[in-house]
Amino acid sequence: MAGDGTPILEVDALTLAFGGVRALSGVTFPVARGSITSVIGPNGAGKTSLFNSISGFYRPQGSVRFEGQSIERLAPPKRAKLGLARTFQNIALFRGMTVLDNIKLGRHAHMRTGVLDALFYLGRARREEMELRRDVEERIIDFLEIDHIRKAPVGSLPYGLQKRVELARALAMRPKVLMLDEPVAGMNREETEDMARFILDVREEWGVTVLMVEHDMGMVMDISDHVVVLNFGQVIAQGLPRDVQADPQVAAAYLGSGNVDDLRAKLGADARKVA
Amino acid sequence: MRIASAKESYATDEALFDSAVQRAWFAVLLLALALFPFTVNQYWAYLACLAAINVISATGLNILTGYTGLVSLGQAAFMGVGAYTVAVLEARLGTPFLLNLLLGGCMAAAVGMVFGIPSLRVKGLYLAISTIAASFILHFVFANWTSVTKGVSGINVPPARLFGIDLDTPFKLYWVIVPLAVLMLLGAANLFRTRVGRAFIAVRDRDISAEVLGIPLLRTKLTSFALSSFYAGVAGGLWAYFFRVVTPESFPLLMSIFFLAAIIVGGMGTILGGILGAVFMTLVPELLKLGVGVVSPFWPEAAVVLSPVRTVVFGALIVGFLVFEPQGLTEMWRRTRRFFHLWPFKT
Repeated sequence: MAGDGTPILEVDALTLAFGGVRALSGVTFPVARGSITSVIGPNGAGKTSLFNSISGFYRPQGSVRFEGQSIERLAPPKRAKLGLARTFQNIALFRGMTVLDNIKLGRHAHMRTGVLDALFYLGRARREEMELRRDVEERIIDFLEIDHIRKAPVGSLPYGLQKRVELARALAMRPKVLMLDEPVAGMNREETEDMARFILDVREEWGVTVLMVEHDMGMVMDISDHVVVLNFGQVIAQGLPRDVQADPQVAAAYLGSGNVDDLRAKLGADARKVA
Repeated sequence: MRIASAKESYATDEALFDSAVQRAWFAVLLLALALFPFTVNQYWAYLACLAAINVISATGLNILTGYTGLVSLGQAAFMGVGAYTVAVLEARLGTPFLLNLLLGGCMAAAVGMVFGIPSLRVKGLYLAISTIAASFILHFVFANWTSVTKGVSGINVPPARLFGIDLDTPFKLYWVIVPLAVLMLLGAANLFRTRVGRAFIAVRDRDISAEVLGIPLLRTKLTSFALSSFYAGVAGGLWAYFFRVVTPESFPLLMSIFFLAAIIVGGMGTILGGILGAVFMTLVPELLKLGVGVVSPFWPEAAVVLSPVRTVVFGALIVGFLVFEPQGLTEMWRRTRRFFHLWPFKT
């Protein structure tokens, strides 16, 4: 299902330099509403820099438009409130807190309880917390099948589950665009399949647009509607998964040669492994 | 052995005391606190009041340092702001007692927020040093703004009056200080069931991902400073009514270190930690003194020989906690509870 109408997120001529190193130069691509868009590229291609620029940690040149509105001057919390949620490559959960509290934190920007409400825990504080608990339990915890660990401290969980909790926390942010930084890195095949299923379900059931960075070519090619290939901070190809696979420049970036058949063989093998 | 605690609604699962047993114990504790002053002499009432004041202030520091991760050595100075505000209001204007306490807390909160501004840029030891600066600046103000603070001679505070009764003994003040401490502790516990408290913990654990979740760092840190100082200010106000004189020397830097030690010994980032730590730090020196008193009939030189030893023992206890129970008294309490929950099975 490729998205229709205007793109929900437009990255336009994004350029980011650290001293003399250009991490991104003139990166331009659209993210269609309701699509799953993947950014791929070799290590050091600038994928995480791109994510950090979109979520507001870096201040690049160029523009980022979210639902038609320029957001490049907004601080990260403001972008979060607009509906831009993300997960991190190295899980950024709060290890000492329980799964439930971690997920609840996602809703922070959408709640209004102030300090006085909180101290007395009456009226608004109680009402908001109860609504939140119900919503987290019934829409998120149930959906991601993590009921059994809701009161466990996050630090005690295995890696795959922590990734899932991070996804849960991002969903609690009521995102319009969900940015996933390597959602299946380091996972075994079963965990990867679970995660791919959750990503597809999130798109179907929640109508959330997904933008992800991922190295697992099998998964990228299976579930993406649009693939953007970065190399040395530049977009070298973008389009439908099969078109990108056929692009000789992509093959060169990955394999160091222009031989398309090598890459096709490699990608085909990856895809079979996952399927 | 406790088998399980099944819940029928989210509300009961989110409750502060989530089982009937816990509620019963809390009721017993309140009853014990209510009966306590009738069973002891003025000296123990005095100690109980002092401990309760320290509990309030330590809980405030725990909100800031334990929960938000901002190390502060300014807690005593913020107490001083509350104490002076109360003293000036009471001595000059004679405004009502509880209103003075509230205003003392608010004044301390405002001052605390100002000294919290550096926390956006500096953390850890650096922030601790910048709050020491706050402590010196405030001491200078207390000592030199003579038109308001009467300089080094300090301000004598008339006794608190409530419903026409002069609260001039520890026994009478107990009925204000302890209920207030209980209320403020419940407030702090409530805080960490809501978004406000969760944001504090998020800032402590990972400030970068907190920002991505939509938590504004500066605002959250300043809120934490304000709340913490509010607690300090109310504690300072009670201190002023309790000792009835406020001087610049009443709130030395050493007292800030006392509170930091209290939350470390008690357990950082837990409500119980602030209570246990402050009570421990207030009462243990007294208990050691009492121990010396018990021995002295049999050993006449006990007081002479043991008094210096007492300080050493107290210090050794603190070091012992840091080494053997870094999670503090709270962790010991939890382990004890777990033992009884699992009994007769081995933990």
